[in-house]
Amino acid sequence: MEFETVIGLEVHVELATESKIFCSCSAKFGAEQNENVCPACCGMPGMLPVTNRRVVELGMTAGMLTNCKINRITTFDKKNYYYPDLPCAYQITQLFAPIAVDGGVEIETSVGKKTIGIKQIHMEEDAGKLVHDDWTNTSLVDFNRTSVPLCEIVSNPDLSSAEEVVAYLERLRSLLRSARVSDCRWEEGSMRCDVNLSLRPRGTETLGVRTEMKNMNSISAITRAIEYEVARHADALLYGTETLIQETRRWDDVKGQSFPMRSKETEADYRYFPDPNLVPIIIDDEWLDSVKATLPELPEVKAARYVSEYALAESDAAFLCGSRTLTDLFEAAAPVSGSPRDVASFIIGDCMGIIRKKKLTADDLDISPQKLGEIVKMTVDGEITRNAAKRILSAVFDNDVDPREYCAANGLNAQSDEGALLEAVKKAIATNEKSVADYKSGKEKAKQAIFGSIMKELRGNGDPATITKLLDDELAKL
Amino acid sequence: MSAYITDCGKRGDKAIAVDDTVLVSGIQTTAGSKMLEGFVPLFDAEAVTRLKNAGYEVSGKASVGEFGLDLLGETAHGGGYTDDSGRLRGAAAALVAGGEVHGALCVDLNGTPRRAAQLGGVVFVKPTYGTVSRYGVIPCACSGEQIGVMARTAGDAAELLAVIAGRDEKDGTSIPNAKYEYKIGDSVAGLRIGIPTEYLDMADDEISANVRKFAEVMSAGGASVEEFSLPEAELAAPAWQILMSAETCNNLSRYDGVKFGHRTKDYADIDSLYVGTRSEGFGLNTKTVILYGSDVLSKDRYIDCYDKSMRVRRVLKNKVDEVFAKYDCVLSPACFKMQYLASDVNTQADVYAESRFTALASITGIPAVVAGGVQLMGNSFSECSLLTAAACFERGSM
Repeated sequence: MEFETVIGLEVHVELATESKIFCSCSAKFGAEQNENVCPACCGMPGMLPVTNRRVVELGMTAGMLTNCKINRITTFDKKNYYYPDLPCAYQITQLFAPIAVDGGVEIETSVGKKTIGIKQIHMEEDAGKLVHDDWTNTSLVDFNRTSVPLCEIVSNPDLSSAEEVVAYLERLRSLLRSARVSDCRWEEGSMRCDVNLSLRPRGTETLGVRTEMKNMNSISAITRAIEYEVARHADALLYGTETLIQETRRWDDVKGQSFPMRSKETEADYRYFPDPNLVPIIIDDEWLDSVKATLPELPEVKAARYVSEYALAESDAAFLCGSRTLTDLFEAAAPVSGSPRDVASFIIGDCMGIIRKKKLTADDLDISPQKLGEIVKMTVDGEITRNAAKRILSAVFDNDVDPREYCAANGLNAQSDEGALLEAVKKAIATNEKSVADYKSGKEKAKQAIFGSIMKELRGNGDPATITKLLDDELAKL
Repeated sequence: MSAYITDCGKRGDKAIAVDDTVLVSGIQTTAGSKMLEGFVPLFDAEAVTRLKNAGYEVSGKASVGEFGLDLLGETAHGGGYTDDSGRLRGAAAALVAGGEVHGALCVDLNGTPRRAAQLGGVVFVKPTYGTVSRYGVIPCACSGEQIGVMARTAGDAAELLAVIAGRDEKDGTSIPNAKYEYKIGDSVAGLRIGIPTEYLDMADDEISANVRKFAEVMSAGGASVEEFSLPEAELAAPAWQILMSAETCNNLSRYDGVKFGHRTKDYADIDSLYVGTRSEGFGLNTKTVILYGSDVLSKDRYIDCYDKSMRVRRVLKNKVDEVFAKYDCVLSPACFKMQYLASDVNTQADVYAESRFTALASITGIPAVVAGGVQLMGNSFSECSLLTAAACFERGSM
C-alpha cells in the first residue's frame, strides 16, 4: 500500500513595523526583558487598542504578493484562552473577515512546478515569552513580544513532501523580504511555522488523521520533523506500531523525535467574537492602489531583467535575486564600477566568501556600495590585481577603510611596468638556482616555486599573465 | 458610612467626584472589587485629564458596585453605600445631592447612574456613544458603556459635559467631532414627547405618577405629549444582557493574579493560581455575569445568543430611528420603584429585571438624561433637547 503525504502549513511572520499592532510600544527585537511594554500590552485596564495603519498596509502587501483577494472590509476578533504569556487572556486576531483570502504561490522542485493554494492571510498580535528559571523553579514572563504584529499565512493542504515545504517557505521568505513585509529570520523568531501532516492511500480523497507539529526553529529542522513524522504515521498505518490521534506535537530537534504536547480531551472552544473597540477597517480604492504602487519588482522578474540589461549569467542573476540585500547592493554598486558583471562576480564570490567565513548569511552583508563599486572599477581598470582587491575588500569589511587610501598606504598598486616586472623575474631566477635546475631537467612544477617567489617579491602586485610570459622568456634563454 | 473609597479631601464648586471604575493617576482604583484592591493606575482617564485642564479637581473616588455591574452599588467589596435609612442610593449621586461637590463622573454600563439619579433627585446625562472618550474606564462592555456626568442642575451637567466630550485619538470608537456644544434652550414649545405605554405598565404607581407630573409640566410649557406603544421595548433588556455579559466576561479575563491585583496565596501551578485568584477576587454577582457571558459565547450558543443579540441591536436602532422621526424625546422611568434596600437585590436576575428601562439606551448608544425623577431619551446627538426639557422642568417645578 502506497501512501501520499498531505501537508498544510501555518506560517507566522512578524511584520516589520516600528511599533506594536495596537499600542505605540517599540516592536524591535532584542530589547532588555520587559522594556518595550506599556499598560495596554501588559493587560492593564483602561487603555484601548487602536490599530496601527502600517500593519494593515503590510497585511495588504502580503496578500498582493501571494495573489490573494483583499477583503475590502476587514475586522478584528477576540480569541479567548488562558496562558501566562497572554496578558489579557485573549488574543486579537481575525476570524470572520481576514485581510486576504484565496491566493496561491508557485513553487519549483525536482518534480516540476506546482501552485500551493493559500486559504487566507490574517493579522493578529503575538504573545509574550515564558522563560523558565531552573534555580528557583519558577516561570517568568517577558511581555516585549506581546502585541507585536503578526501575519499568519494559512496554506491549503497542497504540499506533499519536505522538499515542497522547503521550496514554499523559501518562496514566501523571498517575497516577503523583497517587499520588506518582514525580515523573516528563523533564528530571531520573525518567521515561524506549524506543520499539519497526515497520510492517505495514494489516489484517495479522504484525509487521514492529522497531527500538528510546533517548535521547529529552522528550515532544516522542519525537513527533519516532516521526515520523522511521515515515517511515524506510515509505521502506524502499515504495522500498527501505535494508534494515530489528532493532536499537537512538539518537535525536539536534539532528540530527533516529536512528542505529544499537553493533551486536551476536547478541542478548545475559543469563544470568538468581534472586538467592539476596533471599528471595521474599510479599504477604499485609493488606499489599495497606494499600497499596490509600493510593491517591489518580483524576484524572478528582476532576475530576467538582470540577464537582459546587465548580461549577467542566469545563475548569477538568480543568486542575487534571492536576497533584497544583494540586489540593493548590486544595483547601487554597478554604476560606480562601470562593470555590472564584475560587481556580480565580486558579490557572489568574494563578498559571500567573507560572509560565509563569519557564519553569516547574504542578508547580513553590509558594505558600502560606493566602496565596492570602486574596488571593482580599480580591478577592471588594472590599477590593482584581483589579489589586491581581495585584501582591500577585507579591510573595508573589517574597518570600512577608503579603498584608494588603503591601496596607497599599503603599496598595493599593480605593477604593470614591464621593466620592474622583468627585474623581479631576473632576481627570482638568480636566487632560486635549485628550482631553475629542476625546471631545466624537466620538472614543470618547479616553475611554480619561481613564480611564487616573484609574487612574493612584488607583494602580489603584478599581472600574472605578464609575469608568466616574461618568466617563460627568461627561462627559455637559459 | 463614607461614599468614598478613597477621599482626596477636595470640596467645593471645582470638586468632582469620580466613580472608582475610572482611572485617576496615582490614586487607588478598585472598581469596587477585591481583585483590584491597591491597584494604582499610571495615567488619568481622558475625561479626568480634560476636567483637570479646565480647572477642576478630583474630590475622591466614589464607591461603585463591583465593576459597575449591579443595581445601585450594593455589590461593592466591603459593602455597598447606603444612606442613614439603609437605602441604596448610589454613592456618587449622594455626594452630588449632598452639595459638597459640583458634580461627578460616573460610568453607565447597565444603567446604575441613571437609577441613582432618579432616586437621588439629581441630573445624570449618559451621552451619545462615541462622544466621550472611554480611555481610562475600566472596561466591561465596550460597545455600550459611557462616562456620563452627574450634577444638581441641567445647566451644570451641560457645562461639565462640554468639557469632557470630543474626539480622542486614544479611543478608536471616538466620533471625529473635536468639540460639542450643549446649549440649553429656554422653552419646550413645539417639543414632541412620546411615552411608551409598555414602560408605564412596568413601573409602580409612585414612579408612574412622577412621569405624568413631568409630562404635565412639559405640556404647560408648550410641548406635545402623547402615549404610544413600543412593543420592541421588551427586546432591549435580554439582548443587552447577553452582549454586556459576553463582553464583560472577556474584559474580566485579564484579572488572573499573574501581573497585578489580587493573587491567591495558595497555589501549586498556573491553573490553581487562576482558579484561586478568580474565585477569591470576584463577588457572586460578577461571577454570575462572567459565567453567563462565557456561556453565550460558547460554540453551541454563539449564533442563538451573541450573534442574534447583535442583530436585535440593529433592529432596535432602526426602530429608534423610526420613533425619533415622530418624537423628539421619549419619557420613561429609570427604575421600577423609589426605594431599594440591599436586601431587595439578591441575584443578577434582580438587576436584569431593572435594566428593562435602561437597556434601550445602553444597547443603541442613544443619549439618556435623568432629571426630575424621569428618564428622557432622544436620538443620537439630541442631548440639547433633552437638557432643555430637564431645565424647563427645573423652572416649572419651582
